[in-house]
Amino acid sequence: MSTASKPSASPAASSLTQPVNGQKADRVFRGVAYACGILILVTLAAVALFLLFRAWPLIGGDQQANSAVIENFTGGKAKSFWGYVGPLLFGTVLVAALALVLAFFVSIGIALFISHYAPKRLAAVLSYIVDILAAIPSVIYGLWGGLVLVPAIYPFWNWIAEYLGWIPLFAGPAANPPRTVATVALVLAIMILPIITSIARDIFLQTPKLLEEAALGLGATKWEMIKLSVLPFGKSGVISASMLGLGRALGETMAVLMILSPGLKYSFKLLQASQNQTIAANIAAQYPEADGIGVSVLIGTGLVLFVITFLVNLLARRITEKAGK
Amino acid sequence: MNNHMVTRSLAAVCGVGLLASLAACGDNTAASESTSATKDGVASLTGEYAGAGASSQQTAVEAWIEGFRSQAPNATVAYNPSGSGAGVSTFLTGSTVWAGSDKALSAEEVERSKSVCASGTAFDVPVYVSPIAVAFNLDGISTAGKHVNMDAATIAKVFNGEITRWNDPAITEQNPGLDLPNLTITVVHRSDKSGTTLNFVSYLKDVAPSAWPHDLSENWPNEVGQGAKGTSGVVSTIKQANGTIGYADFSQVGDLGTVAVKVGGDYTPISASAASKVIADSPVDTSVDGDNRIVVDINHKTAATGAYPIVLVSYDIVCPAYKESKDATFAKAWLTYVTSAEGQKAAQDAAGTAPLPSNLAGKITASIDQIKVG
Repeated sequence: MSTASKPSASPAASSLTQPVNGQKADRVFRGVAYACGILILVTLAAVALFLLFRAWPLIGGDQQANSAVIENFTGGKAKSFWGYVGPLLFGTVLVAALALVLAFFVSIGIALFISHYAPKRLAAVLSYIVDILAAIPSVIYGLWGGLVLVPAIYPFWNWIAEYLGWIPLFAGPAANPPRTVATVALVLAIMILPIITSIARDIFLQTPKLLEEAALGLGATKWEMIKLSVLPFGKSGVISASMLGLGRALGETMAVLMILSPGLKYSFKLLQASQNQTIAANIAAQYPEADGIGVSVLIGTGLVLFVITFLVNLLARRITEKAGK
Repeated sequence: MNNHMVTRSLAAVCGVGLLASLAACGDNTAASESTSATKDGVASLTGEYAGAGASSQQTAVEAWIEGFRSQAPNATVAYNPSGSGAGVSTFLTGSTVWAGSDKALSAEEVERSKSVCASGTAFDVPVYVSPIAVAFNLDGISTAGKHVNMDAATIAKVFNGEITRWNDPAITEQNPGLDLPNLTITVVHRSDKSGTTLNFVSYLKDVAPSAWPHDLSENWPNEVGQGAKGTSGVVSTIKQANGTIGYADFSQVGDLGTVAVKVGGDYTPISASAASKVIADSPVDTSVDGDNRIVVDINHKTAATGAYPIVLVSYDIVCPAYKESKDATFAKAWLTYVTSAEGQKAAQDAAGTAPLPSNLAGKITASIDQIKVG
């Protein structure tokens, strides 16, 4: 072996003694990495510029033509751009926030069950299922929500409207079929649940064993151990996971388009139809019939959505940084 | 085992034989029709011809393109169902030969067409009549295939949220034979702009103006009930709950119950032939600007026996003269085919539309003849 490898070892050694090659590879790799990093910035800038340019007729153009187009879109319910985008923005944030509230606690529960309670085998199977759920395209959730969940969930919403109707959020009568914000929020919650769960689970699993054992050693019960060590350790990660989920919910188009009966109101009546609409679903709904200024108006609403998701992410960063300290 | 083999090979032989005979059939018809059309120079038509417009026409246009191919086998026809408004705008830029629309041109659009047509102004020709059903889902009634009788004022009050329960006296009085439940009515309307909406509300406005206070628009005017996107969205929403009512193109409503509408002293259930009758009883609007235009002023108040008054008339919009002579030949041949008995039959089979009444035929032919060829 050793004798046979000797002749072949010498060219290898010679290449090792030539440091020039190594430096070249280093430079090339650094260049590629830089290019990838810059590409992201360029893409983001390109998207922002595209939105700005295409929405420009809205800002700098003929305001009368703009309001005519908006009146045309809404059947006279809104006349100015802000009167149009305001309720849409409200609807977008309302639906996404509800979805997050519904999904958050369940996700943390599932993640803790997988990381700390479930037997190893079950945990592995569950993890796998959660990952599969995260990969299901939103149009499938939309179809399921629109065709199966909507007719099936009416008795439940009706029950809520009857017994909890004194809370303004649940003011009845519940719409039948329930193509309402409540149903959409539920479907979006199911959509973002796997994302939050899967990130939270990974973070909970990384809790240092020392911390956990120290807590147990001090006489903490399992729940106290989780409260003392796992949750504080995972806090910032869980927040960024939720923000990722919220981002998906903010931009979700198909599921909303296929389920929600749209309206243009600042309304919290979750169980009634034709109250709110989201920006993304509105663009998809209006685009086929829009032309010229109409497209500009829709792209303008897209710009608002872009800014909002940007702000939400910025806010999430801030919170994560604070929690990390 | 052996038996299976025999049956299979038999089936295969039969299948091949069937295909061969079908193919032979196809060849025959194509040949006979192209010979009959040669005299117009249509069969030698080549090139690509594009139209755009009403999405509601899509199914019918697909059937027409299929049928037109047998007359002009070398011409390629494409239709973009971009919507009535978008289709007319595209036509007015000159990039399409014709536009399909659920409503006639406005005076301003006729004026703008001067810049596109080689001479004269664009005109509209009705291509089919489409009945609009007032469809509902009500356990025990629609499931039993029964109609609910309503007059225009009742329909208007239901869709304006003034009648909210199925057993409201206004409805039960007109339906003595039906056991209507004490159930909330859920109104379902279009959430997008639609010619169907415009035609439906103009019926209500014409016949029951006191019960329908809203202005005419392609957008749904009030906040009653639920909105759904497109005809398919409305139909699937109606199907999803008990007690829903909405309006949709008749060809799409499937096994939902339909309202029989009061005309004169009787209640007429919806059908293609009943829809043709109201158009036969409707005048052509002669007050419109522009030449050769055939705009049907739908007589919603008709009292003709057996007429169904809630209909939509779909138009094709063309120029009397084109900058390219090929386009003129095509436009003339296309409209001739579409409005012919054969074309009307194709649309009826494919899209469930009602054929144009015979009293319009002369006017339509006269208009089409105004297209200058060559």
